[in-house]
Amino acid sequence: MTRWGMAIDLDRCTGCEACVVACAAENNIQTVGEEQAREGRAMHWLRIERYYEGEFPNVRTRFMPVLCQQCGAAPCEPVCPVYATYRNPEGLNAMVYSRCIGTRFCANNCPYTVRVFNWFDAEFPAPLDSQLNPDVSVRPGGVMEKCTFCVQRIQAGKDEAAQEERDVADGDIRTACQQSCPTKAITFGDLEDPDSEVSKWAESPRAFSLLGDLDTRPGVVYLSGSEWREPAE
Amino acid sequence: MTAESQPSAAVLDGQLLGRLDRRRPGLLVGSLASGALALVFIYCWGYQIANGIGVTGINRPVFWGFYIINFVFWIGISHAGTLISAILRVTKAEWRRPVTRSAEAITLFALAIGGLFPLIHLGRVAIFYYMIPYPNSRMLWPNFRSPLVWDIAAITTYIIGSALYLFLPLIPDAAVMRDRAAAGLRKRFYAVLALGWRGTAQQWHSLEWGIRILAVAIIPVAVSVHTIVSWDFAMTQTPGWKSTIFGPYFVVGAIFSGIAVLMIAMALLRRGLSLERFLTDRVFNNLGLLFVTMSLVWGYFTFAEHLTVWYSGDLFEKNVHHVLLHGDFAVPFWTMVVVNLVIPVAVLSFPRGRRPLPTALVGCGVLVGMWLERFLIVVPALSTPRLAYSIGDYMPSWVELGIMIGAVGVFACLYFTFTQLLPIVSVWEMREGWRHGGSGEAGDATSDAAATSGTAAAPVPGGGGA
Repeated sequence: MTRWGMAIDLDRCTGCEACVVACAAENNIQTVGEEQAREGRAMHWLRIERYYEGEFPNVRTRFMPVLCQQCGAAPCEPVCPVYATYRNPEGLNAMVYSRCIGTRFCANNCPYTVRVFNWFDAEFPAPLDSQLNPDVSVRPGGVMEKCTFCVQRIQAGKDEAAQEERDVADGDIRTACQQSCPTKAITFGDLEDPDSEVSKWAESPRAFSLLGDLDTRPGVVYLSGSEWREPAE
Repeated sequence: MTAESQPSAAVLDGQLLGRLDRRRPGLLVGSLASGALALVFIYCWGYQIANGIGVTGINRPVFWGFYIINFVFWIGISHAGTLISAILRVTKAEWRRPVTRSAEAITLFALAIGGLFPLIHLGRVAIFYYMIPYPNSRMLWPNFRSPLVWDIAAITTYIIGSALYLFLPLIPDAAVMRDRAAAGLRKRFYAVLALGWRGTAQQWHSLEWGIRILAVAIIPVAVSVHTIVSWDFAMTQTPGWKSTIFGPYFVVGAIFSGIAVLMIAMALLRRGLSLERFLTDRVFNNLGLLFVTMSLVWGYFTFAEHLTVWYSGDLFEKNVHHVLLHGDFAVPFWTMVVVNLVIPVAVLSFPRGRRPLPTALVGCGVLVGMWLERFLIVVPALSTPRLAYSIGDYMPSWVELGIMIGAVGVFACLYFTFTQLLPIVSVWEMREGWRHGGSGEAGDATSDAAATSGTAAAPVPGGGGA
């Protein structure tokens, strides 16, 4: 079996946000505009959280890319009344957009606050419409969405491997954020395969899960050698 | 106040039924005003459906706002009726007789409105039926693990149960109305409601048993409804929501706010429809005692909830707790404590405070306080998520305010219409009370003498006029 997973090395992250832009372009995420963003309605599936250490002027910034953790025991799934979000056999928390009625219960129960909602119908005024990714649907208003681990790329990778009559090899499938990261801080692959790069990263002594004590069993592993991952108090 | 004389059947009919034959200008104005507010409700909802749920003020991380607050608030109010009237019926409290009908009507209409709010709240209301287990070609079911699906089951059961519970005791009164009405549309309307009631001993027997069974059955339903509403919050792992105390805490809060509405409605009905003879000072005294008891129980739950959270020292829970008690939400929090606990106890502890005007005023305060309680449950917990980067803010839009105020109009509109069409005090139950206990307020008269009450409820000719 496959369990798709991601590892993010925070010691390599520079906070450049290339991954955020790549994610929006790959996944047809609507840009809501200045006014809506100010109201807290920006729709990034992946965000760079900034945490500051020290007193001005001796401040150091820590960056943390936060996306859907694709939890093994996801709090968002049981609360959805219509099965619009569910766990697929390869360990993804899949979203069925056509099934979603917009109760937003899943978003309330996500401890990472990574789910974003289409408050209005998406608008892609020309020429933005010509850069839409044909492999990804454009979501209607009133529907919840979130990081899919670039499920369309996973599908394409599996199709290609099937045509060539071989198994999917480690590194065949690269997510948009991973591909665009200039410091190679992100890796993606099968956590069930002990030889995959992501499995090796996950075994690092620097590895930890975000809010790990909730036991949501995330599919995203973070790596950091700093003391800051310990609670401040 | 037991010195009141026993009114004759003619006086009873005249006051409780006769007024239905006349038009009252005050009620007409009230109906028009509430009708206008109901139009605001319809306009705002239509505007939201046309433009998208984004016309509200909700955002990330405050995904739930005024609609869910008002949903819990109205479902809470619905506990005014059926639950209280069922408890009073089961315990055979004689002073229930003038209260039950008006309370049950509040339940039904508040439930109808409360049940609408989760739909108004949906991002795609047109496909709300995905939540209902209906047969479909793709064999898709709703997710029975979701508290929202439990909600649908509980509220549907409650609304059907309370409609029946309002309707059953209404049948003999509808029959009287039918017999009094001149031939025409009005008569046909009452004839349909009366279901061919003739007042035979057999019919009385069936009715009494029906009411008795429903009164017992509706109590667990009512308790389960607000427990399940609380589980919409308590089943999550959101700091400030996950709490084992929420079930009983919500039920107590619901009964508390339900009594508040009942006190206001009864004071208004007593004055507006000149029902002093039926809604006596003693009724207000007794309900006032129940009211102050619920206030104290509510205060106890609130204290227990916040003490355990504070004592645990859990980091995320303490963040929510801090904004509640000392931070951005401190003003509404302490206002809630004053109007829900301090004022009710200060006023209702004394017999002079348990009169119609002071109880109604305390009731208004409690309504504000209980609305604030729901606000303080929904918003602070959501605006203070675990990851500090996502901390947010919430301000309702005019659409949400319009729907909230308009819903009051819809409720008032339904209630005014009801009081215009049907007796708001149960005539046959009042008669039964007088027959058994003299003043209708005596202690423990039972109500199983079906045959006697049967004759009492037969239409009395010449009862009109006051």
